[in-house]
Amino acid sequence: MTDISLSDPAMARKTAPPAEARSVRLPTQWIGVAPFFIFAVLFLILPTMYLIVGAFQDRDGGFTLTNIFKLFEQPTIRQSYMVSIKISLWSAVLGALAGLGIALAIVRGGLPEWVRSSTMTFSGVASNFAGVPLAFAFLATLGRLGLVTILLRDLFGFNLYATSFNLLSSWGLIAVYLYFQIPLMIVIITPALDGIKREWGEAAATLGATNWQYWRMVVIPVLWPSFLGTVILLFANAFGAIATAYAFTGSSLNIVPISLYAQIRGDVLGDPNLGYALAFGMIFITGLANIFYIWFRTRSERWLK
Amino acid sequence: MKKRGAWWAWLTFFVGAVYFIVPLIATFEFSMRMKRGEYSFEAYRVVFASSQFQQTFTYSVIVAIFTILLGVFIVVPTAYWVRLRMPHLRPIVEFITLLPLVIPAIVIVFGYIRMYGTNSWLPFLGTITGTNVLLVIGYSVLALPYMYRAVDTGLRTIDVKTLTEAAQIMGAGWPTIIGRVILPNVLIAVLSGAFLTFAIVLGEFTMASLLNRPAFGPYMQNLGANRAYEPAALAIIAFLLTWGCMTAIQFLARYAPKSANRPN
Repeated sequence: MTDISLSDPAMARKTAPPAEARSVRLPTQWIGVAPFFIFAVLFLILPTMYLIVGAFQDRDGGFTLTNIFKLFEQPTIRQSYMVSIKISLWSAVLGALAGLGIALAIVRGGLPEWVRSSTMTFSGVASNFAGVPLAFAFLATLGRLGLVTILLRDLFGFNLYATSFNLLSSWGLIAVYLYFQIPLMIVIITPALDGIKREWGEAAATLGATNWQYWRMVVIPVLWPSFLGTVILLFANAFGAIATAYAFTGSSLNIVPISLYAQIRGDVLGDPNLGYALAFGMIFITGLANIFYIWFRTRSERWLK
Repeated sequence: MKKRGAWWAWLTFFVGAVYFIVPLIATFEFSMRMKRGEYSFEAYRVVFASSQFQQTFTYSVIVAIFTILLGVFIVVPTAYWVRLRMPHLRPIVEFITLLPLVIPAIVIVFGYIRMYGTNSWLPFLGTITGTNVLLVIGYSVLALPYMYRAVDTGLRTIDVKTLTEAAQIMGAGWPTIIGRVILPNVLIAVLSGAFLTFAIVLGEFTMASLLNRPAFGPYMQNLGANRAYEPAALAIIAFLLTWGCMTAIQFLARYAPKSANRPN
């Protein structure tokens, strides 16, 4: 492997830009990154492509759009996408607003330092506390024998389950998802809030802006892209999640990942290619969300350096 | 700014704290209720004494360790090489490492099941060992975004070029450079990526369940469907484990160098 040594003239000329054409001609350069690309192709790209191609094939392997149309035609599938989008959207929007509120409180509210550091630490933990245990925690809190249910009944004489309240519904799941969505928002948006420099406020005040004008014309336009970008990230985060919902409601709640789970387990649709289309629909939606995320992110980074 | 803090800030913080702390208290209280009429740690005792808990937990810990090793093996040489020699590849590599955030885990494992079945050209799913290997691979893919970012941040703080030149002058080959020069220098970054990977892998449900492996995630799910008090105890245990991993990362961050000694 001595041929890739520092006697390489491209490296000797330090000021020269990376010799792109040259490195392509030297195949030895690629040995360093080959394991990564082989790994990514075999275990990330090819399996995904396999499903995407399968989504556009009929049983005999011919090209068709029927599977994609069926996603819209079959009521249960259409319903599952609607419920999934509803849960992901609401948990993302509410999580983002609540997270922004808490982040504003700890950055701008003049609270003591320990409030900020403990909130950030807790947010780091809670944003990773998802999956099966999170469902257990909420069942133990708001279930029929949960502490909050019992306290409401014994202290206030309020029977939660006599109302139309149902924890195992899409709104129940949204409340559970907020437990990791809000902290994720706090973790991402706090650095963006820190990026709003005090000088901007002083500059605006010098020019005679009121507090409201400063927020409307400086802070909100600067924060807007990172806020929207994070909403989209939270959306994708909730859309792909399955473990919490599955442990929470079993298979009674009809959301896309749970339908797909049942399909992988036992081809409940009776049509493998429709199963691929179901998976394709998920990639399509999270992919679209992430394209918007990257777009907003690049827009927001202009200001937050 | 006032020192005391604005009333709305305190109110927001307080409401937020209630939403986040009440479920933890309630879960803890619930987990202590297993014996009638008194609080006890009975549910925890039952969980820890169960052989299923011990087996699945051990299994997941071993899988997590292999996942971290595979992740380090894939990510460290790549990130190093991209930084040193092929910076023009950076956007592509970064894009690929972010893909697991776009493609849900359930879709990735669906692809594995269809591609690597018994009759395929790479029949991972034909044997138990093969399925275990595939699970480790799948988890490494899930951890890729976190591992890559951690290692790349670590590499930014050291002078990769000078270290490599110095090692080469002393006659080191590439395995020595990566294993004995670069890796020790980014060890703190690698470790924080490792703890995050550990936290993700330990309770993961989707992949383990669909590959039918006896991991901790499916065990918890199964227990939740059949028991009342043990799941609450498990939720507390899982929360403490996540907390431990995050504390370790914060602790490590204090020892990480903040910037390069010499500008690159």
